[in-house]
Amino acid sequence: MDVATFLVQCLNALQYGLLLFLVASGLTLIFGVMGVINLAHGSFYMVGAYMAYALAPAFAQVPGIGFVAMLAAGVGLALMLGWALEWAFVSFLYDRDHLQQVLMTYGLILVFEELRSLVAGNDVHGVAIPGWLAGSVRLGSLMDYPVYRLFISGVCVLVALGLYAVIARTRLGMMVRAGAANREMVTALGIDVKRLFRAMFAAGVALAVLAGMLAAPVSSVYPGMGNQVLIICFVVVVIGGIGSIRGAFAAALLVGAVDTFGKVFFPQAAGVLVYVLMALVLLWRPEGLFRAA
Amino acid sequence: MRAPGARAIVLAAAVVALALVPFAGGKFAVDFVTKMMVSSIFALSLELLVGQVGLACFGQAAFFGVGAYACVLLTPKDAAASVWWLGPASVGAAALYAAVMGSLSIRTRGVYFIMVTLAFSQVAYYVAHDTPMAGGSDGIYLGFVPSAAIAGLALVDLSKARPYYYVVLAALVLAFGFLAVLLRSRFGRALAGIRANEQRMRAAGFSTYPYKLAAFVISGALAGLAGFLFAVKDGVVNPELMGWHVSGTVLMMIILGGIGSLHGAVVGAFAFSLLEELFKSEALFGGFATHWHLGVGLAIILCVALLPRGLTGGWTREGKSLGSADERR
Amino acid sequence: MNRQSTIAVLAAAALLLSMPAPAQAPKLKVGFMLPYSGTYAALGEAIEKGFRLYLAEQGGRVGGREVEFVKVDDESDPAKATDNVNKLVKRDNVDVIVGTVHSGVAMAMAKVAKDTGTLLIIPNAGAGAATGAMCAENIFRSSFSNWQPGYAMGEVAAQRGARKVVTITWKYAAGDESVGGFKEAFEKGGGQVVKELSLPFPNVEFQPLLTEIASLKPDAVYTFFAGGGAVKFVKDYAAAGLKDKIPLYGAGFLTDGTLEAQGADAQGLLTTLHYGDGLDVPKDKAFRAAYAKAYGAQPDVYAVQGYDAAQMLAIGLNAAKGDVSRKAEIARAIVAAKIDSPRGAFSVSASHNPVQDMYLRQVVGKDNKVIAVASHALADPGRGCRM
Repeated sequence: MDVATFLVQCLNALQYGLLLFLVASGLTLIFGVMGVINLAHGSFYMVGAYMAYALAPAFAQVPGIGFVAMLAAGVGLALMLGWALEWAFVSFLYDRDHLQQVLMTYGLILVFEELRSLVAGNDVHGVAIPGWLAGSVRLGSLMDYPVYRLFISGVCVLVALGLYAVIARTRLGMMVRAGAANREMVTALGIDVKRLFRAMFAAGVALAVLAGMLAAPVSSVYPGMGNQVLIICFVVVVIGGIGSIRGAFAAALLVGAVDTFGKVFFPQAAGVLVYVLMALVLLWRPEGLFRAA
Repeated sequence: MRAPGARAIVLAAAVVALALVPFAGGKFAVDFVTKMMVSSIFALSLELLVGQVGLACFGQAAFFGVGAYACVLLTPKDAAASVWWLGPASVGAAALYAAVMGSLSIRTRGVYFIMVTLAFSQVAYYVAHDTPMAGGSDGIYLGFVPSAAIAGLALVDLSKARPYYYVVLAALVLAFGFLAVLLRSRFGRALAGIRANEQRMRAAGFSTYPYKLAAFVISGALAGLAGFLFAVKDGVVNPELMGWHVSGTVLMMIILGGIGSLHGAVVGAFAFSLLEELFKSEALFGGFATHWHLGVGLAIILCVALLPRGLTGGWTREGKSLGSADERR
Repeated sequence: MNRQSTIAVLAAAALLLSMPAPAQAPKLKVGFMLPYSGTYAALGEAIEKGFRLYLAEQGGRVGGREVEFVKVDDESDPAKATDNVNKLVKRDNVDVIVGTVHSGVAMAMAKVAKDTGTLLIIPNAGAGAATGAMCAENIFRSSFSNWQPGYAMGEVAAQRGARKVVTITWKYAAGDESVGGFKEAFEKGGGQVVKELSLPFPNVEFQPLLTEIASLKPDAVYTFFAGGGAVKFVKDYAAAGLKDKIPLYGAGFLTDGTLEAQGADAQGLLTTLHYGDGLDVPKDKAFRAAYAKAYGAQPDVYAVQGYDAAQMLAIGLNAAKGDVSRKAEIARAIVAAKIDSPRGAFSVSASHNPVQDMYLRQVVGKDNKVIAVASHALADPGRGCRM
């Protein structure tokens, strides 16, 4: 492999890792920080993709700002959806066994999948890349690199910084982390943990939807797309260490690198390398790479 | 608390009811209930780990799949194997994988344990899916149904539905009985102690690692037995048997049935299968039956909302089982 | 809900399930085992619609018998396959099974069909073994084998002057068989497959492998992807600037049902399949008109396969005077027949797979326009079939 190709592969690994972080960011918040096992995370990602498919034609009329407006609209809708979902299905589960959350969110997966089938049908759809982000950057004489992917990577970094800043550096983040660790104590201190958790859950859903909307133009929109991202998101959060945003970020990049170079150098074992990575990490550091911030 | 005598009567009645199915029902009933019984054995294997030891394993499908694949791969190409060595060999293969998986995973706790077990089962899945040894993604056929003959004397024909039904029923009763005795023994009490408070056990000088590993191996062996019975019945195995969906489904079964009791696992296995059948029924839902996932999903959500302890009211452990403040340390 | 009620309910349910099916009526029972949910649901729907259209054209009768249907959702899940097909065979006592899309599921169905002697017509699953090692007198296929489109494209690639080709697909049986077919024809034509790239199914992160392709600089690339993966691959291939530099050849599924999503990135792509748009076949024009009238949508290759499955069934049963147990006669009739299909007339090989023209198609607008016949009357070798 020559230098040029190697560098491009590094770029591929970086870009994929950042995309993974973006897709896993919602789960990082809900599962990593709040400790809620949300199997429906993949479904929210799918909802985001289908939302992009549904909203894109309307917002495409407005060039430039139309795309950003669509993302904002999607996030707004997702916040409302997440708020309602937490109130209806999750709020009473905090006092119960975690396995009840597992079963509940599993039920939600089935419901979302079927609603999607009823509302949007079973065909494969595409979402057009907005004009100002279409086009490619030439990487030497080797190949082109789509501008849109660089854009997504940029958004990922922003999300990572924002998430870290809020969770690790603000009072709000501190309250959430404290609430996840010990609900009764935090309530006794006068903080409305219920609303706090509801807001955080909604934010997690919104992040998943945002990721779905952003990824839709590159990954296309089709039944079952949520299932495929679910496991890899859990892997990323766990490798990084539950409760650590930095950890999830590092883990995403690590998984991106293993996946990318695995496909090139070990195609026979490419499917299993990520899991071997996770097993090795957990056997070396049984609680993930980073401790909770 | 129910009198032990009453409980024994209920269990006996259940076994009798199951024994009568081939007489009361048609070919399909025999088929379907055989499958539910195999699922019950599978569910029991997971209940041992989750309910009795407190280890939420998300890789149970690996043991099931190893048992099934061992049955198919060890059967010679030209003749039927004797079930008397093929069965134990398949179960042994699953137990071996469980020993390997367990010895490495038990070092982790809570959610991390779940993910490590998932990782190991994914390794098994990819070996089955991607290596030529295991026949590839379309699966492989069982060449011959194993024979149950001893010294030339044919005891029972495992390829016939009715005799096989009773073989599986016997296996279920034996598995249930074995676990019931095991859990009442000193070993079982040690497991209960580990579930309740492992640190206290360790502080009292008890070495918990060998007990957890032993439980893992027994659980793997039982799951392998279920896989073996599945392979003999279906005659075809596929890598999807080791997929995380299967691990997830069996976990859903025992949560639905109620964690903490053996009969909860069996009830959960039956209930989950029947629930799917209910919503798939064209007789009840007509054309909408193709959207049966919606019904099952809603039913599950309702169950969680209204029955916090599953269908049989199994106990739930106090506080959170995974990722709580204590576990994170 | 306490324990007693639980058990009572379960017992009642079990009893209900155990009700034996009613005695067989003179109606012909056709059991659809298709994906009605999940990734392939659209394909399952199309197949059923095509099948029913043919029957409607025959007045709802086949072999002199009225037809009734039973449906089972196979969820494209091989782990549940045997249970699902047993529902059709043992609970509903169907005379004919029609299914399915996913090859792993079809393999389980083939075994049950073989063991019980039930007539099975496969309207899609391309696993070579179904009309190869697992072939049987009562198992037929109305679609294709994975090998066929690949082989046809191998011939095309060689004819078009490609000498070094890289293949890329998912690492699973369908991908292997398709690439195998391509390689066989391409190397026979003097070419060389320099590298066979693959990624785990259903991973769709293609960038690392596209980079490899770019660095290998082959004369052409052959690929097999379907569904969402096909959409993404075509888009990624174009976005990497490879579309204009290295010609992309694919098995037809690369651009079937995916053109709306792929848009401009698919324009001009060449693929091979046993069906396409703009076919100058009168039966196709009639079929498309009838399908549009009945369902308000345009048919696709899956609908055609479903339609032809019904045709094959009719041919067999008419010869056997409606008696499904006369398997030898049914098989003889179908193998001897020339099936008047919207794809063009085709016949059925001795191993019961279609012997058909493979068309070379090019994407023009929203259509896969047939521009030539890539391979006339291409028959799958049916390796391993002992019938």
